Amino acid sequence: MTPLNRNQMAWRVAHDIPDGSYVNLGVGMPLAVVNFMPDDRDIVFHSENGLLGMRDLKPGEEPDSELVNAGKRPVRMLPGGAFFHHADSFLMIRGGHLDFAVLGAYEVAENGDLANWRLLDSKSAPAVGGAMDLVYGAKKVLVICEHNSKDGSPKIVKEAKLPLTGRECVSKIFTDHAVIERTGDGMVVREMIEGLTFDELQDRTGAKLRLANDWKPLITPDLPVEERPSRKKQVGEI
Amino acid sequence: MIDKRRQTADEAVADIKDGSTVLIGGFGMTGEPRELCSALAARKVRGLTIVTNNAGSGEFGIGLLMKQGCVDKIVCSFPRVPGSVVFEELYEAGKLELEMVPQGTIAERVRAGAAGVPAFFTRTSWGTPLAEGKEVRTFDGKEYVMERAIRGDVALVKAYKGDRWGNLVYAKSMRNFNPVMAMGADLTIAQVSEIVELGELDPEHVITPGIFVNRVVQLEALNA
Repeated sequence: MTPLNRNQMAWRVAHDIPDGSYVNLGVGMPLAVVNFMPDDRDIVFHSENGLLGMRDLKPGEEPDSELVNAGKRPVRMLPGGAFFHHADSFLMIRGGHLDFAVLGAYEVAENGDLANWRLLDSKSAPAVGGAMDLVYGAKKVLVICEHNSKDGSPKIVKEAKLPLTGRECVSKIFTDHAVIERTGDGMVVREMIEGLTFDELQDRTGAKLRLANDWKPLITPDLPVEERPSRKKQVGEI
Repeated sequence: MIDKRRQTADEAVADIKDGSTVLIGGFGMTGEPRELCSALAARKVRGLTIVTNNAGSGEFGIGLLMKQGCVDKIVCSFPRVPGSVVFEELYEAGKLELEMVPQGTIAERVRAGAAGVPAFFTRTSWGTPLAEGKEVRTFDGKEYVMERAIRGDVALVKAYKGDRWGNLVYAKSMRNFNPVMAMGADLTIAQVSEIVELGELDPEHVITPGIFVNRVVQLEALNA
């Protein structure tokens, strides 16, 4: 049994997003989803700071300090892209105009509660950004996160202990072990990696799971994560 | 004759009073009206409440305002970014009050203030610590949190081009909070890279109509 790496998780999320969707990607792991979108789909990415239709820089392209995404990283616009101000940007989010938000998580509870903005032991100032807007505004909230924390504790829990970002808002969870959908009838496992049994998956999970009758193995291409030397973040970059 | 042009940043911010609520455009460093903030910091005004998305990077602009002790309270959504050293030092020392507001709620509170709407209900923050103490009402079976409008005494914004009537256009993602903040204050001051003749800005392309803007000062070329 080999858990998916971050690229494979992002690949799996990307392949769940249908052609024609308007999508907001949260900062961190969700941003990698843009790299694995199938070429035959028109997906319009939204950024809180007033962009629709952006793409990452290509190798060799110079960054433009006036053109950044919500993570304050330089981007470029696609033909068909648009700029708008913050009130319109959050009108898009809060008014239900976005099809998907892809977010990271510290905890997802059995009822779909999400905690992803503040740790309890954190002494430094809180920072919420646009997460609380996205969880209730997007038509569907997809979560991408490791199945377990580094200490082995589950991220998908019976009840969240951390301060919530939103209640009953998560639609689907993509982990390195499984794809899990929240239904009216609880958390349903749609896909699991090969070599993992349902009982083993349940043991790694705090929430009660149910295995879908038509569950499938969770298979992705090999997508090695490039080992890059750790880079000190630049001033202004999240 | 309407002429909102000012010669320098210092002149543009000369009469901002202690205790003002100051709305500041920008998202991180992109679109931050840095020179206006720095000019205000140099005046060592006191007791400001600033409303802005981030809490400054480095010791210029918003960072300098805080460093100079001008700010008592910051209303923002994401204070911690690499380089926000001034904020972190003051916050951890208990010298700066922080009101944490979701990003869309900042934008909407300022927009509501601009539109003469005193309060509104939003789903955002319902069921979270940020809704504690706020009125919750149920509409169509869903709970919503009441948020009060924010109205600024002053707004400091950055644009790409402006004219003497105060019309503004922006460049790319520097637009962000700037048009929202520009609408939301009694005195709006814009720094621009270029002041152009009346008529050069196509009315179809004006983003902030001059009615919202009181002063325009030309400061630097874009990306200079």
